[in-house]
Amino acid sequence: MELDGKVPSGPIESLWDDHRFDMKLINPANKRKYRIIVVGSGLAGASAAATLGELGYNVDCFCFQDSPRRAHSVAAQGGINAAKNYQNDGDSVRRLFFDTVKGGDFRSREANVYRLAQISNKIIDQCAAQGVPFAREYGGLLDNRSFGGAQVSRTFYARGQTGQQLLLGAYGALNRQIAAGTVRMHSRVELLDLVLVDGHAKGIITRHLVSGRIARWAANAVVLATGGYGNIFYLSTNAMGCNVTATYRAYRKGAFFANPCFTQIHPTCIPVAGEHQSKLTLMSESLRNDGRIWVPKAVGDGRAAADIPEEERDYYLERKYPAFGNLSPRDISSRAAKEVCDEGRGVGKLGRGVYLDFADAIGRLGEDVIRQRYGNLFDMYEKITGENPYRVPMRIYPASHYTMGGLWVDYNLQSTIPGLHVIGEANFSDHGANRLGASALMQGLADGYFVIADTVAHYIASNPGDVPDTDAAEFREAEQDVRDRIQKLLDVDGSRSVDSFHRELGAIMWEYCGMSRNAEGLQKAIGMIGELRERFWREVSITGENEEFNVSLEKGGRVADFLEFGEVLCYDALNRDESCGAHFREEHQTPDGEAKRNDEAYAYVAAWEFKGVGQKPELHKEPLKFEHVQLATRSYK
Amino acid sequence: MNDEETMDLRLHVWRQKDSKSPGKMVTYRANGISPDMSFLEMLDVVNEELVTAGKPPIAFDHDCREGICGMCSLVINGVPHGPQQGTTACQLHMRHFRHGDEITIEPWRARAFPVIRDLVVDRRSLDRVLQAGGYVSVNTGSAPDANAIPVPQDNAEAAFDAAACIGCGACVAACPNASASLFVAAKAQQLSLLPQGQPEREKRAIHMVEAMDREGFGGCTNHYECEAVCPKGIPVRYIADLNRDFLRSALTSREVKPLPPAVDAEE
Repeated sequence: MELDGKVPSGPIESLWDDHRFDMKLINPANKRKYRIIVVGSGLAGASAAATLGELGYNVDCFCFQDSPRRAHSVAAQGGINAAKNYQNDGDSVRRLFFDTVKGGDFRSREANVYRLAQISNKIIDQCAAQGVPFAREYGGLLDNRSFGGAQVSRTFYARGQTGQQLLLGAYGALNRQIAAGTVRMHSRVELLDLVLVDGHAKGIITRHLVSGRIARWAANAVVLATGGYGNIFYLSTNAMGCNVTATYRAYRKGAFFANPCFTQIHPTCIPVAGEHQSKLTLMSESLRNDGRIWVPKAVGDGRAAADIPEEERDYYLERKYPAFGNLSPRDISSRAAKEVCDEGRGVGKLGRGVYLDFADAIGRLGEDVIRQRYGNLFDMYEKITGENPYRVPMRIYPASHYTMGGLWVDYNLQSTIPGLHVIGEANFSDHGANRLGASALMQGLADGYFVIADTVAHYIASNPGDVPDTDAAEFREAEQDVRDRIQKLLDVDGSRSVDSFHRELGAIMWEYCGMSRNAEGLQKAIGMIGELRERFWREVSITGENEEFNVSLEKGGRVADFLEFGEVLCYDALNRDESCGAHFREEHQTPDGEAKRNDEAYAYVAAWEFKGVGQKPELHKEPLKFEHVQLATRSYK
Repeated sequence: MNDEETMDLRLHVWRQKDSKSPGKMVTYRANGISPDMSFLEMLDVVNEELVTAGKPPIAFDHDCREGICGMCSLVINGVPHGPQQGTTACQLHMRHFRHGDEITIEPWRARAFPVIRDLVVDRRSLDRVLQAGGYVSVNTGSAPDANAIPVPQDNAEAAFDAAACIGCGACVAACPNASASLFVAAKAQQLSLLPQGQPEREKRAIHMVEAMDREGFGGCTNHYECEAVCPKGIPVRYIADLNRDFLRSALTSREVKPLPPAVDAEE
């Protein structure tokens, strides 16, 4: 089946405006008759729930954390892009659009990206009005910095915690609606299944993480804002609780999963210190504005960084990509780091690291300026490694960070299940095969504040009707499925921890479906995942019972889903027999190791349909047309 | 890693099955701990052993493990977040401990933070305080251009210093009165320092302070324990600023209507 993204026709500049005019509205007095479920309370979920509440809908918002303020958007450091052109350096909506399509290596939908670039400016206005303390110039106006993949300074930031500050803004808006009674907030509640009535998404089944209570919730429409699946690698920069369960459960119910193999490996994370490692910590990409990345020229050079003279250092990004240098896009920078470490030139105890050196910047600007710019990041680095980055260069290495893939959505952000809308990182739409820095926050808030309210209204107006009764057979069956699965987990009664399986799955994914992939390895991985999944269901130890605060049960359900989803990811990587963006197939590279894209065969979105556990999913294609950005080889040289 | 570099520890951990059951301290061994581990990774090791032995793991809250989500909430050797100043428990590393150390680990203790299980407490009271007014009322889409309202850089920086609060509640856990004054002050003063926050400044101060009292947090009697344990270094002077806002609001003739108490959706 060829998928239709339902992009309206017309000039791209006025597409969204025209479309908003064409969509149906709901009279203000009627909005309160409708109920909408929003799952997730990060930037996308909180902004959507707040905005829908402001408009007068009844909203139920769910998060598994103890407070919506802790959703993982909180951890984003660097910034948020917008095409304000406050710096007068040649930026525009068209340029942000162009950079994003190009940065995504031509695997995103033009119309969605153009809308994103247009909306970007309103986001900054909205957040500033909420009291988000963005960095400012002496004159009191907003400051910007540059970020990877762009030659303009369009990134707004709040020291190294832009994510927390934007999330607190959205959380404030959400709190206001909770107080107003339009949003009911359910914290420490996790989605365990989606409920379809007559083929439409009309509800969810949840488990309360404290009491274990299984509950049914019904609504006129469901919005998933449940983030990405980067934790499939076990070690990632994601929070420990990030998981694929909500989107995967929707996939099992018929929503197509698009481009799962587009997983971003972030180049600047603190390297693994040992086997005990539970997660990896990102060092904001903004550090690459002033830090210089290098490794020794000689293989196995065991000297301390300070003892290696300038002429024996290889500033490999500056050497290979002189135009963008240390600010080359994430996928390129990550692969380059892996390459030099594979050559045996990596630094640190385990040899999987490269230097990010601030000596030049400190010499040029002074330590105070560097402290002002990155102080909290430097402190964080020192806390984790015990090394002072003002004195010795940081060591960094790539880690799983963000997932461009997600549930397939059309221009209205509706999945292949009518009524199921997917926003933020949980959908696939805007970043193609590689996301540029400071674009995730932009997309989450664009979807949540400015897109979803219009498109959900259109869906509801086109499918009016009462909120279904949660006693209906569909709800009872979905609840029974959830209960059966929980019982199945508790009944295994093995002796291996959930974490040990997760760690093993992560190792398979990182080895065969990580920074570089090949057909043989991917096939092998699919076999290994299936085998690991069988062992999980025989050997896992989940203690306690459902009716209590049960951490191993929670994790068990999530890892069980990762153990199914891993195969989907590998099938997608296997199918995409080209290198593009973050997806690097070793079979397709130029003699000097650059990715070779195949537009003739693969300029499409690969959307997968569930066909049963352990079965190969069915591929559906949405062809991508590039009418406004010319398909070209991405070059940052 | 060679054996000399690892350490063996004795942990005394608060175990409590649920909010209704009594709790007690239970002793565990944590052997072969690497100094490069984070404190939570050390607990992971203990839990791995417990689970493998079919015993319930020690429940503790954690999520981002990079010091920003505010979820981790351990009182380590009597100090919220442990001995390392300006550091959340998740970022505390074992290199700050020595072989043979005895470590006590307890939950946040405050009337407004009931224990859910072991080291996990219910902090929704903090959310409810913010629901009482810790925001600027601006509907989506109605904002002027972001540069239409310049903010002096010093004010923006001071607002940021307050906004750095991660809502962990360590300030409450450290305070002899279990007061949330530092939390409330940081949230209110972030907005009081910005032009965007002025229209609701007085109402906000009154509503948030009322909500804090209603939730069972104590009052501030200037112990400054909160500042000492705050992982983000939020200074107590914001409390004085909040008190000023509160007083001024209380003295103005305009009536500020009390908000109905916020109610949680479920349980």
